[in-house]
Formats: sequence, structure tokens, C-alpha cells
Amino acid sequence: MPELKPKSTRQAFGEALATLAEAHPEIVVLDADLSKSTKTDIFARKFPERFFEMGIAEANMIGTAAGLAFAGKLPFACSFGCFLTGRYDPIRMSVVYSQANVRLVGTHAGVGIGDDGHSQMGIEDVALMRALPTMGVFQPMDARETELLMNYLVNDWTGPAYLRLTRQNLPNLFPAGSDFEPGKLMNLNPEVTVADVICIASGATVAEAVGASQLLQARGVDVSVWNAHCLKPFDRETLQANLGKAKLIVSVEDHSVIGGLGSCVSEVLSELTRHPPLVRLGIQDVFGESGDPTELYDIHGISAKSIAQTVLGRLKEHE
Amino acid sequence: MLSTELEVLAEELRIKIIDMIVEAGSGHPGGSLSATDILTVLWFDEMKGLEAGRLSPDRDRFILSKGHAVPALYAILAQKGFIPEEELKTLRKIGSRLQGHPDRVRLPLVETSTGSLGQGLSVAQGLALGLRSAKKKSRVYCMVGDGETEEGQIWEAAMSAPKFKLSNLCVIQDNNKGQIDGPVAQVMPLEPIGDKWRAFGWHVIEIDGHDIRQISAAFAEARCLDESGGAQPVFILAQTIKGKGVSYMEHKIDWHGAAPKAEEAKTARQEILNRLKEKRGSHA
Repeated sequence: MPELKPKSTRQAFGEALATLAEAHPEIVVLDADLSKSTKTDIFARKFPERFFEMGIAEANMIGTAAGLAFAGKLPFACSFGCFLTGRYDPIRMSVVYSQANVRLVGTHAGVGIGDDGHSQMGIEDVALMRALPTMGVFQPMDARETELLMNYLVNDWTGPAYLRLTRQNLPNLFPAGSDFEPGKLMNLNPEVTVADVICIASGATVAEAVGASQLLQARGVDVSVWNAHCLKPFDRETLQANLGKAKLIVSVEDHSVIGGLGSCVSEVLSELTRHPPLVRLGIQDVFGESGDPTELYDIHGISAKSIAQTVLGRLKEHE
Repeated sequence: MLSTELEVLAEELRIKIIDMIVEAGSGHPGGSLSATDILTVLWFDEMKGLEAGRLSPDRDRFILSKGHAVPALYAILAQKGFIPEEELKTLRKIGSRLQGHPDRVRLPLVETSTGSLGQGLSVAQGLALGLRSAKKKSRVYCMVGDGETEEGQIWEAAMSAPKFKLSNLCVIQDNNKGQIDGPVAQVMPLEPIGDKWRAFGWHVIEIDGHDIRQISAAFAEARCLDESGGAQPVFILAQTIKGKGVSYMEHKIDWHGAAPKAEEAKTARQEILNRLKEKRGSHA
């Protein structure tokens, strides 16, 4: 099989949406003047009658999506993640409290968008979405997983859900031939049977965690890398059952460490009487800024290299 | 239904509203009473497909965007047999379907949860879009408060509904001119209201929101425009009186969100009963 090119999860989403819509006439799409960026333009060209351009008015878009859901449609309401959470009240009331079967899709996750800077970066979207009762929160690590998640969100999920996607291209990590288990943590290197370190990542940072595990292996540290495509409901069983003899747990996210993946892991660990220490890597309660995404990942300590450095440092402290 | 019958019905609903709020010990009588006449005509004469015992997918839809006026809606649902009369006593109590503001999940026919102002119109628009695309003839009605239109989201929806040519959407503004912090004109001047909605592309009808005949005529006009191939949503600007029907509450902002005490409730009930006697007598 030829090696697949890296692809952004927003692109994979846009393609999956247009494909799924062929067999699902109930799918409708709303966008707020960002269809070229969220990649809903693919759907819009194919199904103009089912695409609603709402202009730069996200609150109204979100409420309209709820109404469409009540009329039997399956609406996808899409914008940058930060602009969706910026209209939190209609999400809270019209969608979640009203239990509208709406898919909110927030692209441009995290500092990984680079040049446009903090105002366009979804940095606290997972925290806000997670706080809403019954809201499902999902984030795929690559194109293939995006496709699988989309299939799940269209065919098997009922109720409000949030899908978080990247602007930047991501390498293909989903193991060929593997089963997709919705909601479950996925071990990306099962060959590591006794891990010194457990590294849990989600979305764009999964590739960084995999890179870090390779760097660390070369230094004699065995790391098992777990992919979390579902941030809510979070798969506590798998995490608690797989702590093994690890000396350290690391969570890595391109999102605030307050309320995101690091918090999910922390909440699960805190239920146990004993567990290894947790290092939460991510945006440390600071603003993002403009710049090259690779450099930003270094600055915020979530690149493969900086994750490996942090891990080595912490392991040394424990010796 | 005859106008005189609707007038009687509206008065009976007012008694239910007062009783319910007294029993709960809290609630919003002012904005419930200002909306009562409009909602009576809407639910007992205008909307189609609403028979107790079944939730028809072809029914007309109503969204109470000014969710705090929900005692008026609960009174109507009880009167129509959608909920037992006894249940009105559970308003605002633990476990009740009758939440302080409308809850879609708990109570059928509440088409969306409201209570945080400014959101119902967007949802109504989505319903109107979805029903039209499903080739349904159902119409969608949405009541907003005047103070509520201070919310920016209202104007986002005001802009988009004409774009989508939603002639199956009818908004009624309960223009009772009062809000918590004072007269609307002082809190945030809204005039010229009709001109604003016209400028956004709506067909505007201005009425006395306590005149049953004018209310019926406005709804008939809106339906007729839709059925005759119109392409505009309709905005009914209904001039109303906050607290209408209970003399000591009328025009008084203090009655926006306060429950009457037992003695006050007795006075209110007596007043309404006296009018009822007169009205029943006159059309008997």
C-alpha cells in the first residue's frame, strides 16, 4: 500500500462529511463564513440545498442548528473552535439543555495553527465543552481516525457532540487493519509490555508523543503511547487497568492543561489510592502567540523533543 | 372560536397563572399576564395540529423565547389537556416537569428550552427551515419580549430569516415596555421598533395585544401571506400592558418577578372573576 500523505483532520472531516451525506439525507451543514477553512465547502458544492451559510453570526448559527435538529435533521454547525465556545450560552441552552442532536465542529485547535495567533486558537474549547452535561467531546489524531469518528458520530451517536480538528497536516498513525473502538483509549505501541512511562495524547500531539517515545527508547526508556480520541466520556477503565509498573504518567495536549486531557487523566488517577505522578504537558495557563507551529510546540513543551526532555528530567528526579 | 369565547378563556387562564405563581411562591406574573391574550388566540384558535394525547409531526410549533412567561404556557397546556390541571401546583418544585423556565426535555410541546434570553428566535428559524425542507406545511410561532430584543442574537436572526424567505415563521413581540431595571425606554431605547424589523426585511403588523379581534386578524394575515406564496417572515408588534388584568399589577415593574401574597392574590382573583361574570353574562 502506498504511504498516505499527511493530512489535516479538518480536510479529512470535510471529505468524510460530503461522502456520508450521500447516504444520509438528514445531514445538513451550517457555517459562519469559514467554509473554506473548516472544509465544509466540499459539502456545500455537492449539496447546496442542504448547506446554510449563516454569515459571521455564530450564536444564531448554533441556535438555528438546534431548530433544524428538532425538525429531524442532523446538523453539523462548524467554525473555529474558539468562535464556537465564544457563543457558549446558545450551546448551553439551545443545544445541550434542549438535547438537540447537533454536531458542533471546531477546527483550528490549539497553538498548532501558528501564524494567526491567540485570537484564532481554540485553547479552552475542550474544557468548556466537557463541562456541559451529556456533551460528547472527540478529537481524532489523524485522517483515518477522523473518517472513523465521523462514521460513528453520524451512525451511532445521539445527542450533542463536539468534534475538535486541526488546521495543520498530521502524519498517519492509525494502525492499518486495526479496529476502531469508539470511546476507548488506543495503545499505539502494544509491543512495549512493561512501560516505564505512560504517555497519553490526543489530536495533533499524538504524533509528538510517538516521536518522543522513539527518542526515549533510544535512551533506554520504554514508553507506551495511548491515543485518546474521546475526551468525554473519558475511558477511565482502560487507563486504570493499564498503569502497570509505570514510574511516570504524562499527558500531552495542544490545549490548556486546565480542563483538557490533563484534567481528564488527573480526574481518573485521583480516584485511585496510589498512582504514579502525572505530568500535564500543554498550554500552561498562558496565551498563545503568532509563530511557526513547530517552534510554538517547542516553546510550550509539547514537541517530541521537549516531551522527551521533560520525561528524562522527571525520571532523574525520581532516581 | 368566537372572540367573546376567547376573551373568557383568557380570563380563566389569568386565574390559573395567579394561582400557580402563588402556590410556587415565585415566578413572573407581569410578563405572563401581558402575553396571555396573544397566547390564548394562538393556542386556541390559530395553531393547527395540537390535539391532546398525541404529538403530531405536522403540528404548528410555538417557542416561548421570553421563557419567564412560562406560567401562561403551562396554564394553556393544562386547559388544552396536555398536562393534568393538578400538575400546575408543582410549578418550580423538585422533580416537576414545570420548571421555572421552559425545559424541552421534561415537557413535550416545549419546543426548545429557553430562559436565557435572545435565543428562541434562532431555534424557531431552524425549525422553520427544517420543516420547510421536509415539505411540511407547519408554521412556526415565536414570542419575544421587548427587553429581550436588546440581545444581539435576536438581530442576527432578524437578519437571517428574511434571507431564507421564511414566510412560515411568525414572531410576536410582547411589547409590555417594562424590564427588571426599569422602563424599556430608559434601560435601552428600542424605537422605532417596527421600522427596524421592516428594514431587516420583515412584514410588520402592529396591533393592540389585548384586543382579541386584532390579534386574530394579525395571525390570519400572516398565514394568508405564507399560503399565498409570500417570501417574508412576519413580525407582529403587539402593544401590551405588563401585568394586564390585575389592576394593581398593571404597568408596575415590581410585578415582573414577584409572587402575590395570599391577600393580594385574593384581590386579583376577585377582579378577574368579576370581569368573567360580566363577560359570560354578555355573551350568554
